[in-house]
Amino acid sequence: MTEIVMTQTPPILHGPSEKEKKYDRQLRLWAASGQAALESANILLVNSGTGTVGIETLKNLVLPGIGRFTIVDDAVVDEPDLGVNFFLDESCLGKLRSQCCTQLLQELNPEVKGDCYPKSKAAVDLNNILTTSPTFTLIMYTMPIKPEDLATLEAYGRQHCTPLVSIHTAGFYSYFRISLPGAFPIVDTHPDAEKTVDLRLTQPWPELVQFAEEMTQDIESLDDHAHGHLPYVVILLYYLGKWRDAHNGANPTEYKAKVEFRKTVADAARTDNPEGGEENFQEAVAAVNRSVKAQSLEPTLREVFDHELSNEAELRSSFWVIANAVKKFHDKHGALPLPGSLPDMKAESKVYVKLQSIYKAKARKDVSEVLETARAMAGGEDVDPAEVEMFCKNASFVKLVNATTDGRDLSKIYDSEKANDELAEAVGMPLSLMPIYLALSATSHNAAATIDEIKAEVSRRIPGAADDMRVLQAAQEVARAAGGELHDLSAVIGGMVAQEVIKIITKQYIPIDNTCIFDGISSRCQALRL
Amino acid sequence: MAVDAGVGINEANRWRYLNHIRKTKGPFNEDAEISEDGPDPLQQSKILVIGAGGLGCEMLKNLAMSGFKDIHVIDMDTIDISNLNRQFLFRQHDVGKSKAEVASAFVMKRVKGVKITPHNCKIQDFDEDFYKQFQIVICGLDSIEARRWINATLVNMVDDEDPDSLKPLIDGGTEGFKGQTRVVFPTITPCIECQLDLYAPRAAVPLCTLATIPRQPEHCIEWAHIIAWDQEKPFPSLDKDDPEHITWLYEKALNRAQEFNIPGVTYSLTQGTVKNIIPAIASTNAIIAGSCCLEALKIATQAAPSLGFNDNFMSYDGTEGVYTNTFKYEKKDDCAVCGSLAKPLKVDPNWTLRELLESFATNAAAQLKKPSIRTEEKTLYMQFPPSLEETTRPNLDKKLRDGLGLVEKQEIAVTDPAFPLLSFKFILRFS
Repeated sequence: MTEIVMTQTPPILHGPSEKEKKYDRQLRLWAASGQAALESANILLVNSGTGTVGIETLKNLVLPGIGRFTIVDDAVVDEPDLGVNFFLDESCLGKLRSQCCTQLLQELNPEVKGDCYPKSKAAVDLNNILTTSPTFTLIMYTMPIKPEDLATLEAYGRQHCTPLVSIHTAGFYSYFRISLPGAFPIVDTHPDAEKTVDLRLTQPWPELVQFAEEMTQDIESLDDHAHGHLPYVVILLYYLGKWRDAHNGANPTEYKAKVEFRKTVADAARTDNPEGGEENFQEAVAAVNRSVKAQSLEPTLREVFDHELSNEAELRSSFWVIANAVKKFHDKHGALPLPGSLPDMKAESKVYVKLQSIYKAKARKDVSEVLETARAMAGGEDVDPAEVEMFCKNASFVKLVNATTDGRDLSKIYDSEKANDELAEAVGMPLSLMPIYLALSATSHNAAATIDEIKAEVSRRIPGAADDMRVLQAAQEVARAAGGELHDLSAVIGGMVAQEVIKIITKQYIPIDNTCIFDGISSRCQALRL
Repeated sequence: MAVDAGVGINEANRWRYLNHIRKTKGPFNEDAEISEDGPDPLQQSKILVIGAGGLGCEMLKNLAMSGFKDIHVIDMDTIDISNLNRQFLFRQHDVGKSKAEVASAFVMKRVKGVKITPHNCKIQDFDEDFYKQFQIVICGLDSIEARRWINATLVNMVDDEDPDSLKPLIDGGTEGFKGQTRVVFPTITPCIECQLDLYAPRAAVPLCTLATIPRQPEHCIEWAHIIAWDQEKPFPSLDKDDPEHITWLYEKALNRAQEFNIPGVTYSLTQGTVKNIIPAIASTNAIIAGSCCLEALKIATQAAPSLGFNDNFMSYDGTEGVYTNTFKYEKKDDCAVCGSLAKPLKVDPNWTLRELLESFATNAAAQLKKPSIRTEEKTLYMQFPPSLEETTRPNLDKKLRDGLGLVEKQEIAVTDPAFPLLSFKFILRFS
């Protein structure tokens, strides 16, 4: 599927720039817009403990070219660092870990700026660093962390609407949790291409109807070539019209009707031609299930429409103005703005290009209507047409992450996970990884906690949970690591966190909501909202 | 472990975190054989990494940081500028040099005490004697054919009398935000060939679409690539890494697109379509390589149960939240490598032998580009040697049933020079 540009000016024939060559394999995922967002990002890592997972994460952000990073870490490099952290060598012994890691990370990409604190071996004044640095786009911190430092970071996050990522890794276990500043909408979610096909066969507009009618008015007398090159959209529109005539205007959207309709279309294919069948009719039959359907809203978009704006920042954001304008469009027309793309299908080149332009023209018309509505709304006067176009194109798949501010009661979540486990165990499904979270987070401020200390802390948060056999095992496994990281596991988590950070910064794809727990023993993870 | 690596570092101190976990049993490895005094499995293991690209660079780092001391790496490629966004052992000034050599030298310089031996060649350049020296083989490849070759080789090497002949194979792969890790215990658990249908080849665009009714920018690019190049032969042979060649195809495709009013042909799309470029990023490689090496560490040290005998496959998807699916892939009795039965093959009895042979390229269960074919009684077509090819060539245009006398449920065997150890057995089912 492709964007159609009506007036085609030939592009200047030049190859890619050096930078485009270097970033080619990632530009194919997040395009120039995502790359620009990365290049203007300023990331802070507050590092601690055995200090590897945060550095591995930064490595995966420096390589694709984030603008700037800062490491805060008051540790001095000691021999055990060299057994777990790749961005240190023996010449670093006795020096500040933040400085050495910054230097070796910067070597990975000369376009990235790195900074570090403290500047000399002295206590870190986190408050001072935060107030004197350019505003951070996103902050990551690793466990264990001093409670007062955590409070400082959380206060900064609230003040500047900065996403915070906490990362905790010990031995074979890890979790990371993302705190987003309020509801976090994403328009460019990159759904699978086949999911996004929207042909409006049951709600065609006049230009499409006319085009289909012109092509099919003498369908029986078409020669084999013309009949065999009718685009399947046209075939389906024609037989849907006949179906509605015979069924009181109803479309075959129910299962039984669809089966029957599919047979009608299949039977209409010519078999007495030299090929003994028609590919375009096969395509039409295959498209019935996917494309002949009543318009319905994706639950994720319903959530966007129903969202109540809760703060000043949301009221000012163009996203919410456009969302509101699209909602009005939907209320008025009973359908979303048309995305406008057309999948490939057997057809003559000219016919296909014409059909493509009919879809695109309708999409443009819908965009104009939404733009007009948005501009008439308070705060929408200066809304960007490109942003409206992007929203309309992806409307069905717009997603709100961190949509609610529900109180998160750990005990209730734990009870629900336990209840799920009883069912899961009965059918041999994997069990909840929440015990790992409970045991690990019990060591948030005390990495080398003993089994008894972990159990006591778990019981303090959820009375009785420490008696659970699986929680006890997780506590044993956490205590076994004694606060030490395994490099391989930190490499895995460094990759996972970097993916999430990239999604948040580029506002593309869908970031996790909001906690990922990883078990390196069974090699799987679980997402939980905590 | 207390050996000094020669730089004044106390090795016991350096590996304190790793060794603490290794020497302390946890609730999930209570049966592990871990001894304080016996030989250290990490010192004893020789491990082979295949591929020094996106996954391979990460794997070399991870294995060195996991305490493995003797690592070999095979890669025949040289460093390209488009590698630098993720293959973090390479710098701008390394462009053009051998991946295996630069990667090995970098990790050995950073992590003192590890020995990494680079092999700047193809995996097919080595025989069983070479592969026998390793305890674990770990693959970070983008080629299906190379995976199939090493898989067949390792399965074939297994000698029931000799437990050392069984080499666990750990395989990683990525595409964009997605990836997978697999662990194979050859002959015991499902092998890569058992899972071949995961790599179903993309359906090719029919030639007539390219030639007469293009609709998509990709159709114009494929036309330039397959048809225009052959007609005009602007250079002696197509080098997909030569920007001049790609530019030629781009201009041809663009002209054709303008002729048909088709938008969307760009240099980047031309290159991506012609080279079948798969998007690749550092973070996904980190996840999958980390996961592969964690399995290697678990297999070598018993620090925790590894993937393999129960769950053997972990797939990762980061496009929508974070999602893993870890499951047990089943062994196939009709696997061409580790099974014994013939696979059923649906064919039209009116096909010519040529049509049957061509179908093997796109058949998900075979994926063979140069197939030769025989029944139990006679040879139907051989690609090599030339004399045999010539004698069997007339069969190509004969129909399967009427021309060659093949019957329902007939067993045929197919071979291909890409997999010299293998014979693919099929049972014909007429449609």
